[in-house]
Amino acid sequence: MRLKILNSGYGFGTKVLFALIHAVSRHPVPDAAKLVFYRPDFYGAPMKEFTHEAMRGPATWSVGDRELMAAFVSQMNACAFCIGAHTATAARAYHDEAKVSAVLSDLETAPIEEPLRATLRLLGKLTHEHAVTADDMRAVLAAGVSREQIEDALAVSFAFNTTDRLADAFGFFVPGPKAFEAGAKFLLRRGYR
Amino acid sequence: MIPEDKKRTAHNAVVTRVLEGDGRAARAERRAAFENAGLAEPLRTLIDKVARQPTRVTDEDVAVVLASGTSEDQLFELVVCAAIGQATRQYETALDVLAETMTDKKRSKHASEDPQ
Repeated sequence: MRLKILNSGYGFGTKVLFALIHAVSRHPVPDAAKLVFYRPDFYGAPMKEFTHEAMRGPATWSVGDRELMAAFVSQMNACAFCIGAHTATAARAYHDEAKVSAVLSDLETAPIEEPLRATLRLLGKLTHEHAVTADDMRAVLAAGVSREQIEDALAVSFAFNTTDRLADAFGFFVPGPKAFEAGAKFLLRRGYR
Repeated sequence: MIPEDKKRTAHNAVVTRVLEGDGRAARAERRAAFENAGLAEPLRTLIDKVARQPTRVTDEDVAVVLASGTSEDQLFELVVCAAIGQATRQYETALDVLAETMTDKKRSKHASEDPQ
């Protein structure tokens, strides 16, 4: 990463934990995980709380849907690390890699339900233009999406519009597919806390 | 009135911590990074990229800010604030538009039920 403190500025206990994770998973700790361990009181701890609630807390969307939203938002931001991580996690959660790649290559023709498509369209516009209009909202509601579902989707969008920016600003290392697979397993087993 | 849900509470906690809690960068500077407004160069360029075009951030952008006397820990905090700030503007704008749309829908429903 671009800051030395994010590569090596950790206490003894955290370094031991990183070594343990490396040994067990056979992959180095991903930069996304390192970031939340750096002075966790400032950013990592409160952000993990939010992200876990958005991605794994009670919600109107399945875990697969929320991971797909994370991958889709990250694709709008062209964030290579987060696209890789959440494409793998969504595919694993759905047990359907083809569905995830179809959404990421063409949302309009992908084989998904209309409410999810309309919601992804909204998140895509919000991410790209930083704003949405009442007409955009009405279109999502007309597709059968509830207010609560929109709020839950916007929480996912907040989490990944934050993380994507940090990934690219700090320069997260983008590992290969095997490491993303290992990360996906971890995120589905343990969540974001 | 809609009860404050857990996500909104957790979001407020994130924002309050980075803006108002203790840090190595001054609170005013953290707020400026969050708002992407009122910063001097070279920080201005870096923070604006984090907010608006994060994939354009370069090693050079970061190196120039560090060379200007900002420490790595200060930079860490300011970049975090910039990312959270932009994502918060998106989140809050969309939630406001959603709330307004729901109010308008309710109003037009009442209007059609009671044509007077």
